Amino acid sequence: MLGYVIRRILVSIPTLLVVLTVVFILVRVAPGDPARAILGDYASQEAVEALRRRMGLDKPLWQQYIEFLGGLFRGDLGRSLISGVPVAKQVSYVLPYTLELTFTGIVLGVLLGVPLGIYTALKRNRLPDYIGRTFSLLGLSFPTFYLGILLLLLFSVKLGLFPSMGGGRAGDPVDRLRHLFLPALTLGLIMTAYITRMSRSAMLNVLNEDYVRTARAKGLRETRVIFRHALKNALIPILSVVGVYSIVLIGGSIMVEIVFSRPGLGKLMVGAMMQRDYITLQSIMVIYSVLVVILNLITDLSYGLVDPRVKYE
Amino acid sequence: MRLFRRKRRRWKGRGAVEISPRRRILRTFLRNRTAVIGTVIAVCVITVAILAPVIAPYDPIRQNIRSRFSPPQRSYPFGTDFFGRDVLSRVIYGARISLLVGVSSVLLGMVVGTAMGMVAAYFRGKAETLVMRTVDVMMSFPDEVLGIMIMVALGSGLFKLILAIAFLMAPRFARLAYGPTLALRERDYVDAARAAGCGNARILVRHILPNIFGEILVMSTLWTATAIRLEANLSFLGLGVAPPTPTWGNMIRTGLDHLVDAWWVSVFPGAAILITVLAFNMLGDGLRDIADPKLRT
Repeated sequence: MLGYVIRRILVSIPTLLVVLTVVFILVRVAPGDPARAILGDYASQEAVEALRRRMGLDKPLWQQYIEFLGGLFRGDLGRSLISGVPVAKQVSYVLPYTLELTFTGIVLGVLLGVPLGIYTALKRNRLPDYIGRTFSLLGLSFPTFYLGILLLLLFSVKLGLFPSMGGGRAGDPVDRLRHLFLPALTLGLIMTAYITRMSRSAMLNVLNEDYVRTARAKGLRETRVIFRHALKNALIPILSVVGVYSIVLIGGSIMVEIVFSRPGLGKLMVGAMMQRDYITLQSIMVIYSVLVVILNLITDLSYGLVDPRVKYE
Repeated sequence: MRLFRRKRRRWKGRGAVEISPRRRILRTFLRNRTAVIGTVIAVCVITVAILAPVIAPYDPIRQNIRSRFSPPQRSYPFGTDFFGRDVLSRVIYGARISLLVGVSSVLLGMVVGTAMGMVAAYFRGKAETLVMRTVDVMMSFPDEVLGIMIMVALGSGLFKLILAIAFLMAPRFARLAYGPTLALRERDYVDAARAAGCGNARILVRHILPNIFGEILVMSTLWTATAIRLEANLSFLGLGVAPPTPTWGNMIRTGLDHLVDAWWVSVFPGAAILITVLAFNMLGDGLRDIADPKLRT
């Protein structure tokens, strides 16, 4: 198992390197001079040149690239072009907020989506199935930020039940939970729609298999047929879907953080984009890449938990 | 005797109706309620977008500070925004940008991505490794993250927005075209075409593409919905078409600051996005069911 994890991490390194190179290039080809963007249009050319030298932008691209990779290797994400604060410090502050939001969204999606998908599959072409399918189609069509706005209008503005913005006071778990509820519900509902649809589909495929027919023919109770024979086999495709849509959810978290003015990687990224803080921007992209690699690894490892046939060698 | 007659009548009924394949497809399509409802809504949205100058009650960018933040009422059914602009007219005009970006980016992504996937599968070797690994890397990222990076690199504007979303769509089409091309290249008729002296380009375009085009067309409907949603996301983040040109995403963003006092500024454009994306999703789902009944699960 440990060998498999190490091998998977090693395999991810070339992918990560490609991503880092793409990030580096994208940021460098962006229009506008970062030094000019920081100093403003009225700054003298000498001041701009001096700042460019200080930021290392006057060095050849390959040298900048080596320094960029070297910095990452040492865990140094650079300093914000605007505030001068180390990006690692900013990231370490906001990352827990993004992680708790995404994780809660995924958990909510799995807890609601899998049972709903199984239920609609069992009630195929009956009223609960139609309702479930309509719900998942609606969920797939909802832009995340719009669902967030509607929930915010209902639960914060109209009913006043939950706070409308912020991430909650650090060290106050109840306050953090109250601030987390609506953003996590937004992501959770979208995730539920995806998972319901895929769980239903996976379950329907399994229910048509011979071994399910055999189990029924043996006279087993329906609950045993569903949970012991059908669901266990449907879990592998469901798990891979959870993995894929968790990555989609990370994208959705950016929009949710903006709607709820919640601290997080997405909000930091959008702020850096507005201010043309390219160093922060590229560092956040790196963090997202690592998150995606970790998420894929967790998904692969979880296959072994639900399917004993999967061996990690 | 009666039973016999009924049987005969049924037989007769079946044998008498000989329908062309095209009519059969149309009939199957019309029987699929999801696809029909989706088509009707999509056609309505497209009509609204085309006829925007005729049906919009006001100029979408004309400001009228005196009537700013008017709630929905008879003269302004969707209310007005911070500058007193009619929200209904802006929603109607916003349909143009959303549909233009959605359809053009999918078309562009379809052409580039399909070509990439077909070339990778047909030639295999280095081309395959290069294309499919690039696709893997691109597809392992949330669209929003990659979209933001591309827009930062390109700068904002309508054409750049189309280009950025096409860039996100192309890997999907590449992966879609890759599998079937891989199977088709081994078929006898491809060998026959090669033996008859057809070049690789001709085999790809004339012999393989027509066989995978149906699937590509069906998925492009579904991905138009994704593209419209992406456009809204990027516009919401301020990366789309610059104001005062109305887009649904930027309307919602400007309304977000005044959500408590003027909910209508954000809610109506959001509903427009939802309805349009839903319509294309329904149409795509329906078409997919028709194209492959096995998927109708």
